[in-house]
Amino acid sequence: MSAARRCRPPRALAGLFVWHLRNTGIRQIPYRFVHLYHIANGRLITFQYFNFLKRMYVTQYNKDLSQRAKPKSDSIVSPFYELQQLDQEKKDVHKISPVSPVHQSWSETSNRNELREMKSAAETEDSVIPVGAESKEDRQWKEMKLRLDDLPGILARLSKIKLTALVVSTASAGFAMAPVPFEFTCFLLASLGTGLASCAANSINQFFEVPFDSNMNRTKNRPLVRGQISPLLAVCFAASCGVPGIALLTLGVNPLTGALGAFNIFLYTCCYTPLKRMSIANTWVGAVVGAIPPIMGWTAATGSLDAGALLLGGILYSWQFPHFNALSWGLREDYSRGGYCMMSVTHPELCKRVALRHCLALIGLSTVAPVLDITTWTFPVISLPINLYISYLGFRFYREADRSSSRKLFFCSLWHLPMLLLVMFTCKKSVVEKEDKGDLPGKSCERAMEIRLP
Amino acid sequence: PPAHSHSDWIGPPDKHSNLRPVIFYVPPEESALERRLREARQEAQASNQRFWAQHNRAFRQEKEEFIYSRLKAKGLEMRDESGQKATLNAEEMADFYKDFLSKNFKKHLQYNRDWYKRNFRITFLMGQVALVRALRWLRRRKKNVEQ
Repeated sequence: MSAARRCRPPRALAGLFVWHLRNTGIRQIPYRFVHLYHIANGRLITFQYFNFLKRMYVTQYNKDLSQRAKPKSDSIVSPFYELQQLDQEKKDVHKISPVSPVHQSWSETSNRNELREMKSAAETEDSVIPVGAESKEDRQWKEMKLRLDDLPGILARLSKIKLTALVVSTASAGFAMAPVPFEFTCFLLASLGTGLASCAANSINQFFEVPFDSNMNRTKNRPLVRGQISPLLAVCFAASCGVPGIALLTLGVNPLTGALGAFNIFLYTCCYTPLKRMSIANTWVGAVVGAIPPIMGWTAATGSLDAGALLLGGILYSWQFPHFNALSWGLREDYSRGGYCMMSVTHPELCKRVALRHCLALIGLSTVAPVLDITTWTFPVISLPINLYISYLGFRFYREADRSSSRKLFFCSLWHLPMLLLVMFTCKKSVVEKEDKGDLPGKSCERAMEIRLP
Repeated sequence: PPAHSHSDWIGPPDKHSNLRPVIFYVPPEESALERRLREARQEAQASNQRFWAQHNRAFRQEKEEFIYSRLKAKGLEMRDESGQKATLNAEEMADFYKDFLSKNFKKHLQYNRDWYKRNFRITFLMGQVALVRALRWLRRRKKNVEQ
């Protein structure tokens, strides 16, 4: 992270969001912030989360969106993924000690040993005389010293904070859809725990993939690749996020959610990440990784694994395929060179078929929702247009399989998911109705009013 | 890197391997453990560099050959009238990518195993070094306090 973009220290998370949002060039930050933190009722949270997502999606359109990798939820976030600040970061002034004018062709060990008495950083900062043509190359050499100012930015990128934010929002969608009165503390704990678990998983993923990330365009500016942080620190950070995160979920929410969180971390780091280089089955594993957060949200609210949780997970699972397959279609060269086994490279026909199949599955799953008493029958009706549209694009992709159809499908998937979840939430079966039917144990009317639909 | 610096320095990505080279600082009183760590890192760096430089070079070369042979089969030249390099579209290149990936599959598996082993070993050594340094620092502080 460059000196020019320091994080405002106090509210760390707020700072991170500001930093990232500023970098994407969004100007409506204060407004959005206020809404992100002003939580009047469950509905508002979800709505604003999705607004946040949508806006981020829109701005990202302008930037270089082409590549993606699979993070924890493999799909939801591709563009967000690494804010494409490649050029900006390279050109920015770095806080590293400028090259001392005295240095010429040094030999690795001898000079350093001779001059070790001199202080390192302080003195070099005074002298900045460029030494002709080599200075540009020299300036690109950076000291591998961790600066505390940079740390929040580095950790944000290490943990793929934007992707984590989207994972947390799917988990909160799961929480919101659960047919129980909304409990704010539980919601907060579940979201925080999920967020921490996601940070841990993403950090370990980056820790494993350093040489591969350096070779792929999308990922070559990650902190470990650039040497901004040591692998040891990355692992310690992951542990310090993962352990409290899972503990928070297990003790503060319920053991089932904690177990799901731990399982998801394991699935992502130990199954998905190595599998990416061994077999195309990684896509299916990655889809499961993406499907688990909403299930976690649901179990956090209800404490049990109902059909509803599995349905939500199923919707996210199916969504991953059109999203990822369309994206990976444009990355075939990088995947091939990097040694990643992806369907788009090795089994292109399968890639297209699977994407289409799962677009259609989304229609089916949306229809099952009212059957399971999660939503009213308006849900399949309202969601039909968007599901049909994505299926249409999936079909176009299946037939044409070129750059434009894959991009269309990918971009559609970006807004399709938030919209689908939003529609689902607005069509959620009111708890009051269920109370009348006597399905739920007695709850206060007040609580039920909170989630009453318009 | 400046001659008097006490830390490692990392440079811009290498042209062939895309990996960033690191110049390791050798402290004068380097312990045996620290030396093992540094050597492990140097060795990993050298091995990674070798692998990726060779791999990327092979990729570029084979890609050129593929394009050339395909263009020839189509009866076209490498450069068209305006002097621009002729390229194949993504669908045609897809065959090459698939081929290249399957050809190098075993090589990648082997490399993965090596890389994971090295990565774990280096990180573990880093942990040991950090622990030793922390203990040393604590001991020194205790001594200062006692004095």
